[in-house]
Amino acid sequence: MIGAAAPLAVSGMTVAYRKKPVVQGVSFEAKKGELIGIIGPNGAGKSTLIKAILGLIPALEGEVRIYGKPYKQQRKLVGYVPQRESVDWDFPTHALDVVTMGRYGHLGLFRRPGRKEKELAFECLEKVGMAAFANRQIGQLSGGQQQRVFLARALAQDAALYLMDEPFAGVDAATEKAIVLLLDELKRQGRTVLVVHHDLTTVTEYFDSVLLLNGEKIAFGPTAAAFTPELLHRAYGGKLGFRMPVPTADSGE
Amino acid sequence: MSGFWIILIGSLVASCCAILGCFLILRRMALIGDAISHAVLPGIAIAFLLSGSRDSLFMLLGAAVFGFAAVFLIQLLKRGGVQGDASLGVVFTALFAIGVVLISLNARNIDLDLDCVLFGEIAYAQWNTLALGGVELGPKAVWLLGFTLAVILLVVFLFYKQFKLISFDPALAAALGIPVALFHYVLMGLVSMASVSSFESVGAILVVGLLIIPPSAAYLLTDRLGVMLAISVAIGVVSAIAGYGAAAALDASIAGSMVCAAGLLFALAFLFSPKHGWLAHRLARHRAAA
Repeated sequence: MIGAAAPLAVSGMTVAYRKKPVVQGVSFEAKKGELIGIIGPNGAGKSTLIKAILGLIPALEGEVRIYGKPYKQQRKLVGYVPQRESVDWDFPTHALDVVTMGRYGHLGLFRRPGRKEKELAFECLEKVGMAAFANRQIGQLSGGQQQRVFLARALAQDAALYLMDEPFAGVDAATEKAIVLLLDELKRQGRTVLVVHHDLTTVTEYFDSVLLLNGEKIAFGPTAAAFTPELLHRAYGGKLGFRMPVPTADSGE
Repeated sequence: MSGFWIILIGSLVASCCAILGCFLILRRMALIGDAISHAVLPGIAIAFLLSGSRDSLFMLLGAAVFGFAAVFLIQLLKRGGVQGDASLGVVFTALFAIGVVLISLNARNIDLDLDCVLFGEIAYAQWNTLALGGVELGPKAVWLLGFTLAVILLVVFLFYKQFKLISFDPALAAALGIPVALFHYVLMGLVSMASVSSFESVGAILVVGLLIIPPSAAYLLTDRLGVMLAISVAIGVVSAIAGYGAAAALDASIAGSMVCAAGLLFALAFLFSPKHGWLAHRLARHRAAA
């Protein structure tokens, strides 16, 4: 049974590439069932922060607690969606097989994915509207479809906490809608999701909370409080001729 | 009988290489295979000098040590700021050269000649037989390669899902707790083992052809990793058989003919693969234009 500890607590996280600090002294705590957007300019250390939380790159300082314990003891509780460009989509495999990979962490050292895993993977593909493409070579999918396969794989991980690296990057409108529905469902199920996000016009619509980053933490809190013109200006500096989106009853789509 | 042993040895070499090569090319590490197969040479030479025999076990050990040393040095140089391909080139040529010098220095003391090291002597490998208690057990090379192939098959069978995920998405593999670095070194160790088991038969240069060409052809012919492994082995074995046939007919180098046959099969796959071939792409473009 998971205790009352926060799904994710990061304290004093500092990460450096070749002595140049990329993420500096970042602390925050995610609540259960919270949808958090990680926002900031290019090079703000958004992906780096996620990778450091997962232990993929070493942190100079800081501590990560997942439900009160270090990541290494809680791997099965954490799902990860890497950037789509981080893998070779010409790899000889099909969509269902990629989703099945989400179960590998639960299979242990020697067990192979069997019928149970494949059925679960197929259900995950159905949830992202990709069941019809289960046997398709992944290189023959569109960018949005590939992203949905990655999300289905994360669903197959059946995690309590999700870290997603730019799932909305370069996807079509149908995929964007599918991802939003999926995030809402994860939230309803009490799962916590952190999303690295670029499109500032959709932030207020998609996320409960915002972590505003520019090397260091600029702000963290409910979207209404942390996603303000002043704070954005501090995060983006002069790099952005940004206007706050006017919230309307139907914001297009 | 002599043709049988040569084809068997060639097929075993080709099978070992064809399996490992698939993971190498999918991880974009084709040239690591090249580097290792050359870098093991000083290990082989030193094993010869120390043991004074062509004992395969010593050679395997010596080669494995230098195979790992090469991989380690390449990473060390890369981290030190040398370009990736340059550090590869520096390490394997330097180690190979050390091997060449060691062998030439001791040419009078050990019966290992450079031609054999570079291009192999598959025709002679069959005369070096293993005998236990007076019973002839066939060529040593067959036993050594058979053992190597068994190890490769066992490791790949047991850890197939790990090798697949590490090849496709190393970041997720690491996040799931799969020891990515350990499996990397296991793969490198297997490549070292395959190189040294094969070098007596096909030599340090031609073994690279069998590591890279059949998997590259298989890659063009399928969209499934498991099928790619099977096709790769099939192409390797067919190359060994066809290469022997061609060499016998033309009285040419056997190992050279085997790699030529592999190259020819690759060319056929490149041109005529139903999905990824040149012709299929041309036809698809033609149809799209029409």
